[in-house]
Amino acid sequence: MVDAPPRLPEGLVAVVKRDCPTCGLVVPVLGEIAARGQALTVYTQDDPSFPATIAPRVDDHELVVSWHHRIETVPTLLKVEDGREVARTEGWSRADWEQLTGVSPLGAGLPAHRPGCGSRSVDPDLADALRARFEGDRLKARRIELGAIEDEIETAYDRGWTDGLPVVPPTAARVLRMLDGTRRAPGEVVAVVPPDLVPVTVEKVAINAVMAGCKPEYLPVVLAAVEAACTDAFNMHGLLCTTYFSGPVVVVNGPIAAQIGMNSGVNCMGQGNRANATIGRALQLVVRNIGGGVPGGIDRAAFGAPGKYTFCFAEDEAGSPWESLSVERGFAPGASTVTLFSGHGPSAIVDQISRTPESLVRTFAAKLRAVSHPKLVMAMSAVLVVSPEHARVFAAAGWNKARLRKELDALLLLDGDEITRGAGGIDEGVPAELARGRRLPKFLGPDLAIVHAGGTAGMFSAIIEGWVSGPRGSQLTTQEVRP
Amino acid sequence: MTTLLDPTGERRPAERPRAPRLPALAGKIVALLDISKPRGNVFLDRFAEQLTARGATVRRYTKPTFTKPAPPDLRKRIAQECDAVIEALAD
Repeated sequence: MVDAPPRLPEGLVAVVKRDCPTCGLVVPVLGEIAARGQALTVYTQDDPSFPATIAPRVDDHELVVSWHHRIETVPTLLKVEDGREVARTEGWSRADWEQLTGVSPLGAGLPAHRPGCGSRSVDPDLADALRARFEGDRLKARRIELGAIEDEIETAYDRGWTDGLPVVPPTAARVLRMLDGTRRAPGEVVAVVPPDLVPVTVEKVAINAVMAGCKPEYLPVVLAAVEAACTDAFNMHGLLCTTYFSGPVVVVNGPIAAQIGMNSGVNCMGQGNRANATIGRALQLVVRNIGGGVPGGIDRAAFGAPGKYTFCFAEDEAGSPWESLSVERGFAPGASTVTLFSGHGPSAIVDQISRTPESLVRTFAAKLRAVSHPKLVMAMSAVLVVSPEHARVFAAAGWNKARLRKELDALLLLDGDEITRGAGGIDEGVPAELARGRRLPKFLGPDLAIVHAGGTAGMFSAIIEGWVSGPRGSQLTTQEVRP
Repeated sequence: MTTLLDPTGERRPAERPRAPRLPALAGKIVALLDISKPRGNVFLDRFAEQLTARGATVRRYTKPTFTKPAPPDLRKRIAQECDAVIEALAD
């Protein structure tokens, strides 16, 4: 809050509205107090002529005093000394009013207690607009005044702010509400966003989160995703520039996922869940609007992928036989994290017959081998998303995640003679001098991540194929979600 | 009036950029929009002569009344059918 609250007059201050029966009830009491020579000022929220018998009355229908002094109930009676509130009582309580005013007896013939009514300054229909009016100074973003016939949805398109779908217009009221989702200050710099390398504040992320359709409680996840995306390891710049398909994929771990209602089960990579849909979208809008990463500009993807609108889901930790991706990556159990992967997809692994891990792991390996090209190795990354029905096969046989990984590594050690250029009648492949006579791993160690998610019916798993891995491409990047 | 917060990095002016100017008039289709003010047609007739002489094709449109913005359908039609528009005031 930038403005100092308007100074209250000395003595007793009552805040009332005509539309409140309890306020009507206490009008004679206010008269008694004034008659005893107490300094009394009445602020009226709705009808400036109410209460007609009391003076001085101050018109507060614009709610400046009520809002700044956090009046929640009418009547509220305040005691003010040296410009500062020293006592407050809400509604009508004879004992409390007598104690606060020092006048006794008060309100003979009235009931001892009567609850008050809601202050207009907290009326849900008004509260957002009041906040925007009185707290708008907290927001530093440039204001854009729309013309009288300018449609707010259309203008977002005209100004290049959207990913092709409509965005929620980022008004001050909505952005202030979004900022309630984090304890971080609006002006805090979150990251420097490629490709234009523009510092982005919490406020600017909140604006884009509003546009994406996020709820305030999603904001900490969006902030963590932005932080992770803008690291050198993740390399958002390179991911934008590439002609390849991939975009940022966000995997959420920890209690935050359930707290904000994320989907880790049925259709978790599909449509229909607001948190999944809007968190991934908010990240992409930040990259577009703050970073300037626009398709056809810096974004040179030959095809792109539908996941570049949004690609975000939670790991199903509760149903998983294994430690989560987050724990595997060194975070404490119970920590909430986002892990960013540069990927696209998913592509399907079908195996409805295998009931032993030895058989099922061979299915996984056969499909993983085809990531990018069956004859290319040590370049691309992947996330293997194991479904509950497949994970059960491994769990029943006592395979932990490390065992699955070890077996996959062994099966994905490819015969150099099979993958050399020209082998199998395919020119693409590994140069002969690197491949011939050797066995080469499909993935370098950290480039294959394993996650548990998906609906409980369906003997399928999924591969999210990735872009170039390692320091010259994009590395899996995990960031803790902070409130 | 609605006020929005700028979601961008604020590296460019907030005003909406103007449509690009035509490099030349020859071969282009130019709309002449009569806003229905008296003698607007006189003004536009002269434009039509000049534009035609420069090799442009002229199409004429009329707003129902000068007191209100052009109806969205009319604006859309002009945008679809023409490369540029000249809107006349007169009296």
